[in-house]
Amino acid sequence: MKTTLTVNGRSHQVEHDARRTLLDTIRDDLGLPGTKKGCDHGQCGACTILLNGERVNSCLCLTAMHDGDDITTIEGIGSPDRLSALQKAFVEKDGYQCGYCTPGQIMSATAMLREVSEGAPSYVSGDLDGAALTDAEMAERMSGNLCRCSAYPLIREAILMASEAET
Amino acid sequence: MYAFDIERPTTVAEAVNALKTDEAQPLGGGQTLIPTLKARLAAPSKLVSLSAIAEMIGISREGSTIRIGGATTHGQVATELAESYPALGYLASKIGDPAVRNRGTIGGSVANNDPAACYPAACLASGATITTNTRDIAADDFFLGMFETALEEDEIVTAVTFPVPQKADYQKFEQPASRFPLVGVFVAKHDDGVRVAVTGASESGVFRWTEAEEALSADFSAGALDGLSVDADGMITDLHGDGAYRAHLIKVLTGRAVTASR
Ligand SMILES: Cc1cc2nc3c(=O)[nH]c(=O)nc-3n(C[C@H](O)[C@H](O)[C@H](O)COP(=O)(O)OP(=O)(O)OC[C@H]3O[C@@H](n4cnc5c(N)ncnc54)[C@H](O)[C@@H]3O)c2cc1C
Ligand code: FES
Ligand code: FES
Repeated sequence: MKTTLTVNGRSHQVEHDARRTLLDTIRDDLGLPGTKKGCDHGQCGACTILLNGERVNSCLCLTAMHDGDDITTIEGIGSPDRLSALQKAFVEKDGYQCGYCTPGQIMSATAMLREVSEGAPSYVSGDLDGAALTDAEMAERMSGNLCRCSAYPLIREAILMASEAET
Repeated sequence: MYAFDIERPTTVAEAVNALKTDEAQPLGGGQTLIPTLKARLAAPSKLVSLSAIAEMIGISREGSTIRIGGATTHGQVATELAESYPALGYLASKIGDPAVRNRGTIGGSVANNDPAACYPAACLASGATITTNTRDIAADDFFLGMFETALEEDEIVTAVTFPVPQKADYQKFEQPASRFPLVGVFVAKHDDGVRVAVTGASESGVFRWTEAEEALSADFSAGALDGLSVDADGMITDLHGDGAYRAHLIKVLTGRAVTASR
């Protein structure tokens, strides 16, 4: 079957089996290996992408369901000479050890900072909107992204740094 | 995954029609079904995606009830119910993680009836009505046991309607690795009495703790539970906790939910 996707601003038509996931399409058919496969079961967040602006686990999306959808991957938010605020902050703060979870962390945090700015509730703070990015708030809002190296404190510092750079 | 066809209809009528194929199965957000397919634990001939059916997406207030379309994501429920039914919004906000909540749907959750799923507890305690393409089913008649519901083959959950109680709260004792509840308790105080629904604990799936309902209907305070206990018989025992531990948690969480109700 055939599906048309816009990935990082470019339109692609891919031919694929009904079983293909967006993760495999992005990595293997479109040659964008930044998005990682950790568990392939929706548990780790290494495969996080933005689907029409919202973060999702691409390993749990069937490509056939996304005809016409707009996708952003880690390659789409910056480049080595023009890093996004979050990419820059992860480098500066050493927000990783092995780096395998990092693209997922950064894509997830990209969506998370936007959600916070739009007042999306997390129910961690008593006050549902206007949440301050406390450690508890960040741990909850980033709960889908596991880091096997446990670089969490530096990941949080990097996200905080990027959020301050943006505001 | 075994091979399957896939269709993406845009109306309930088309979906029902597409499901007439032998061994066809609806696909909601895929957050449970896709891992199941990858593990080769299901072999549908065809998946009928419900995610493009506009009439099944969205939340509306109808008098003192809230109607949630069957293909509405947990994320949308969490965001939109913060004020109108905070206990339900909170429950949705604690399902899995943000990426799972952006895809997983209420229809998929109730149709799946995982013994540790959160929504079934909210449905039972709220006295919700599950609407399908053919009929309305009271929550009390819908959840029949672990992974078992009143749904017929080819029947689609198109909406779930929740009466908004005077006060309610959901307490989820999270299993930290899976983030599913080890035990979850939803308490709802209605005009005509209190309903208490428990998920994650029983070998027969979500259930109402009727003794606690009677005690709390007479006196809505955690102290009203003092003399009560839950029988550990029939409670799930697994590596995360044994039946006696789960039985104990039910009482503790019920008390906490009563105190936190608003
Ligand atoms: C990491 C992770 C953590 C999770 N944590 C929790 C948690 O804490 N609490 C919790 O409750 N759940 C949790 N879940 C499950 C999640 O909520 C699922 O989204 C949900 O159980 C299934 O919804 P779905 O829309 O993804 O359904 P699918 O996976 O698409 O489908 C599930 C089943 O329901 C059927 N189905 C789907 N939609 C309909 C419909 N409208 N009518 C009839 N049948 C339908 C399908 O055929 C299938 O049999 C978690 C999932 C993951 C991956
Ligand atoms: S690879 Fe998708 S969540 Fe782990
Ligand atoms: S840096 Fe190694 S998994 Fe996160």
